[in-house]
Amino acid sequence: MKPTRSVGHGQRGKAAGMRSRLSRWLVAAPPSLFLALFFLAPSLIMAGASFRFPGELGGLAPLTASAAHGSDHGLTLEAYAFVFGDWVYLWICLKSFAIAAVTTLACLALAYPLAMLIAASPRKRRDLLVLLVILPFASNFLVRVYAWMIVLGPMDLLYTQTAVLIAMVYVHLPFMILPLYINLEKHDPALLDAAQDLGANAWRRFWHVTFPLSLPGVFAGSALVFIPVLGMFAVPELLGGTRDILIGNLIKEQFLDNRDWPLGAALSLVLTAMVLALAWGTLRLARARTRGLA
Amino acid sequence: MTLKLPLLWLLAAVVYAFLYVPLAVVVLFSFNDSALNAGWVGFTTRWYELLLADADMLSAAANSLLVATVASIAATILGTMAGLAIHRYRPRLLPALVLTPVAMPEILLGVSLLLFFRQVLDLTLGLASIVIAHITFSIGFVAIVVRARLQGMDEAIFEAARDLGATPWRSFRHVTLPLILPAIVAGALMAFTLSIDDFVITFFTAGVGVTTLPLQIYSMIKVAVTPEVNAVSTLLMALTLTLIAVAARIAPESIRARG
Amino acid sequence: MLLELRNVTRRFGALAAVQAVSLDIEAGEFFTLLGPSGCGKTTLLRMIAGFDAPDQGDILLEGANLAGTPPERRPVHTVFQSYALFPHMSVADNVGFPLLMSRRTREEIVPLVREALAKVHLADKAADYPHELSGGQKQRVALARALVNRPRLLLLDEPLGALDAKLREEMRSELIRLQRDVGITFVFVTHAQTEALALSHRIAVMNAGRVEQVDTPERIYEQPVNRFVAEFIGTCNLIDATVAAATAAHLGLDLGTLGEVVAPAAPGIAVGERGTLALRPEQIRLSARGHAERLRNQFEATVRESLYLGDVTHYSVALANGRTLQALAANSGSARAQLFSTGDAVTVAWRHDAGHFLR
Repeated sequence: MKPTRSVGHGQRGKAAGMRSRLSRWLVAAPPSLFLALFFLAPSLIMAGASFRFPGELGGLAPLTASAAHGSDHGLTLEAYAFVFGDWVYLWICLKSFAIAAVTTLACLALAYPLAMLIAASPRKRRDLLVLLVILPFASNFLVRVYAWMIVLGPMDLLYTQTAVLIAMVYVHLPFMILPLYINLEKHDPALLDAAQDLGANAWRRFWHVTFPLSLPGVFAGSALVFIPVLGMFAVPELLGGTRDILIGNLIKEQFLDNRDWPLGAALSLVLTAMVLALAWGTLRLARARTRGLA
Repeated sequence: MTLKLPLLWLLAAVVYAFLYVPLAVVVLFSFNDSALNAGWVGFTTRWYELLLADADMLSAAANSLLVATVASIAATILGTMAGLAIHRYRPRLLPALVLTPVAMPEILLGVSLLLFFRQVLDLTLGLASIVIAHITFSIGFVAIVVRARLQGMDEAIFEAARDLGATPWRSFRHVTLPLILPAIVAGALMAFTLSIDDFVITFFTAGVGVTTLPLQIYSMIKVAVTPEVNAVSTLLMALTLTLIAVAARIAPESIRARG
Repeated sequence: MLLELRNVTRRFGALAAVQAVSLDIEAGEFFTLLGPSGCGKTTLLRMIAGFDAPDQGDILLEGANLAGTPPERRPVHTVFQSYALFPHMSVADNVGFPLLMSRRTREEIVPLVREALAKVHLADKAADYPHELSGGQKQRVALARALVNRPRLLLLDEPLGALDAKLREEMRSELIRLQRDVGITFVFVTHAQTEALALSHRIAVMNAGRVEQVDTPERIYEQPVNRFVAEFIGTCNLIDATVAAATAAHLGLDLGTLGEVVAPAAPGIAVGERGTLALRPEQIRLSARGHAERLRNQFEATVRESLYLGDVTHYSVALANGRTLQALAANSGSARAQLFSTGDAVTVAWRHDAGHFLR
C-alpha cells in the first residue's frame, strides 16, 4: 500500500483543488507556451510549407498569387513529385541511411569493449575513464571536425567518403560509449558468477548474459548516434567531396542557396519521416527484446 | 569480470588515442611557427596575437557570450519549470514538447525556425532569433537534469513540508528549491556550453549580419585551414575544460547528465 | 470527540479504496488502523492529513469539517514511513521547520527545538545531518519534528516498518512513553498485528476499504467479530460448528463427526445457528496420550509437524477426522519432557471457557 499520488480531488476538496490547479498552471504554462510557439508551431508550418509553391525571389509564394501556377488553392504536391520523381534524391536518402548505419555499427564496435572495460574497473578509475571520454566530446563540434581536416590532409584522405565516415564516428562516439557504460555498470556481477558456476565459459557468459542485458544500452546509444548522423550536413560539407553529400546538405541547399523552400520543407519532412520510422522501429525492437530488462 | 583484460586494455588505448590525437594535433599546431599545418617548425604565440587583433573574431566571441548568457538564463528558468511540471503533474503533451527538440536532428529545428522567423514573424534574423532558437533546444536538457534529480528524491519529503505547515510557495522555497539547486546549476552550465558550442541551429537562424564564434570558425575553415583556427580552437577547448571543471566541482550531476 | 470520520469513501477509478468508514477517536487516545496491504488504511491516513480528499463523507477535527483545508493549515502532523527528513537541513533545522513555518521567532524556536530533541534523547545530535544518523535516530528526529509544535493529532504511517526487529521493540516502548508524556492523540497505521496489540488503546481492523472491528487489543484478540479479524490477528484455528445448546454460561457446539464441545456463551446466539469456533493455538494443551489432565473438550490426535521456536514450540496435530489444529506449547519448566515429535500420539484438550463462537 504505497502512498498513491492523488489522482483526482474529491468533490469536497474543491478549494484545495483549485489552488493546486493554479500552481500547476503557473509552473507548466510558461515552458509549454514557449515550446508550442517556437517548436510546435514552426514544425507544423514547415509541414504546411512543403505543399506550397516557391516564391519568385525565394521563400514561399503567397497563397493568393497562386493562380500564376495554375492552382486555385495555392497548394501543390509539386515538391514531393520532385523529390520522389528523381532518382538522385532517393539515392541520397538511401546513402544517408547507409552512412548512418555504418557509423552506428562502427561506434558500437569501438564503444562496446571500452564501455565493458570502464564498467569492470574499480570505482575511482572508472570516473577518470568516463571523464576522459567526455572531455574531447566537450570541445566544439567544429573543432573536432576541423582536427580531422588537419590530420587527414597530409594523408590524401580529405574530401572522401572515408573522411566523412571517420569524422562521423569521431563526433558521435561518446554518445554510444556513455549509455553502454551506464547500462553495463548496473549489471550485477553475481549474474556472471552464477553463469560460470552453472558451466558457461567466458564467451557464453558474454553472449548469454552480458550482451542480452546490455541491449537497452545498445538501443539507446544507437538511436543517439543514428539520428544526428542522418541529419548531418556540416561533416560532408567540410570533409566530403561534391559527391558525398547527404540529405542534410540537400535541405541546407534549398533553404540557403537555391531558396526553394517548399522543396527544402518536403526534404525535411522526408528526413522527419525517416527519423520517426527509425525511432518507432527501435522502440518496438527494444520493447520486444528487452522485456523486463529495464 | 574475467574477460581477457589485456586485449580490452589494448582496444581501449586505441579508442582513447583516436579520441585525443586529432585534438592534440590542433593544440600543437596552434603553437607552430608555420602557416602550413604540416611539419613542426618552431614555437610561437603569434597565431594567438593575430587572433586577439582580429576584430571579426572578437565581435563573434562577444556575440557568443551574450547569446549564451541570455539563452542559458531563460532556458534554465523555463527548463526548471518544465522539469518540475513533468515530475509533479504528469502533463501529457509537455514531455514530448520538451524532449523532441533534444532528440531530433538539429537541422530540422534550424530550418523550421528559419521558416517561422522569416515567413511568419517576418523577423530580421539576428541575435534575437539566435537566442530564441538556443532557448528552444536547451530547455529539454535542463528539464532532464532537474527531473532526474527530483526522481531520485523521496516524494514524502515534499508532503512532509506541507504537512508541517508550509504553504506550496514556502515548501518550494525552503525544501524543493534548495534540493534541486545542484541540478539547476548543472542545467544552467549545460545550457551555457550548448549555446556557446552550437553551430547547426545558429547557422540557420543567424541571418547575414551576425556571427558567433562557431559560425566564424566555420567560415574560416570553409575557405582555408589556417593556424589562427588552431589557436581559437585551443582557446575554446580551454574554456570548455574550465566550465567542466567548475561544473564538476559545484554540480557533479552535470557531468553524468551529458550522457 | 477529537476526530470524527463520517461515512468516508474514496474511490480510485473502479477501486473503492475506502468505503463508508466511520470512526470516532478521542483526545489522548493511541488509536491504530490495522490491516493488510491495500486495505485502505494509508488512504484514510492521507485524507486525515489532507493529501487526499474523500469522494463522500466528512472528516471533522474537534467538530470542524476539514474539507478544503490544505495540509499546511491542519493541526495534524505525520510521521512518514520513510521519515521524510529534509536532507539539506541539520537535525535542529528539521525539528525547527514547523515552528519556522508558523512564523515563530528565532528566540522562540531554539529552546523549543532543544526541548523536543531532549525528549527523544537526541540533544547531542542537533548539528548532525540526516545522512549521519542511524535508522532509529532518524525515526526519533521525525517524531520530534512532528511533535514540536504540539499538533492536535499525530499520524504515524508504518513508522517502525523500516527498522530492524530489535530496534522496533525499543521504539515500541519509546512510542508508548512519548505518547503518555506529550498527551497528544496518535493515529497509528500498521500491518503488524503485534505492534498494534502492544501499542494501542483501541484498534480498528480494516479489510478491503472497510472497518471490520473497532475495539481494545484484548477484545480484538479474544473476541474477534468475524473470521477475517480472527485470522488476521495472530494464528487461529477455525472450526465449523453448529450450536447444539445455549445457556447463560455456555454454548454446546456440534463439531460434526468429532462430537460436541463446550464454549463460552455469547449474547444472542440461538440453538441451530451455524458458525465457526475460533480457538487460539495457545489455548490448546497437548499431552502424551493417557497423561491428560481432565478437561471438558478433549480429542485424540497425532503430531504432524513441530517447529521449535525457542520460547515455544509450534505443533500441527491431526484429529481423527483428518482436520489439522495448530497448537502452541510453552517451553518453560520441564520443557524437555513436553517435546513431541512427528508421529507421536497425543491428546489435545482445551478448557470449557476457551475459544470464541463466530457467527
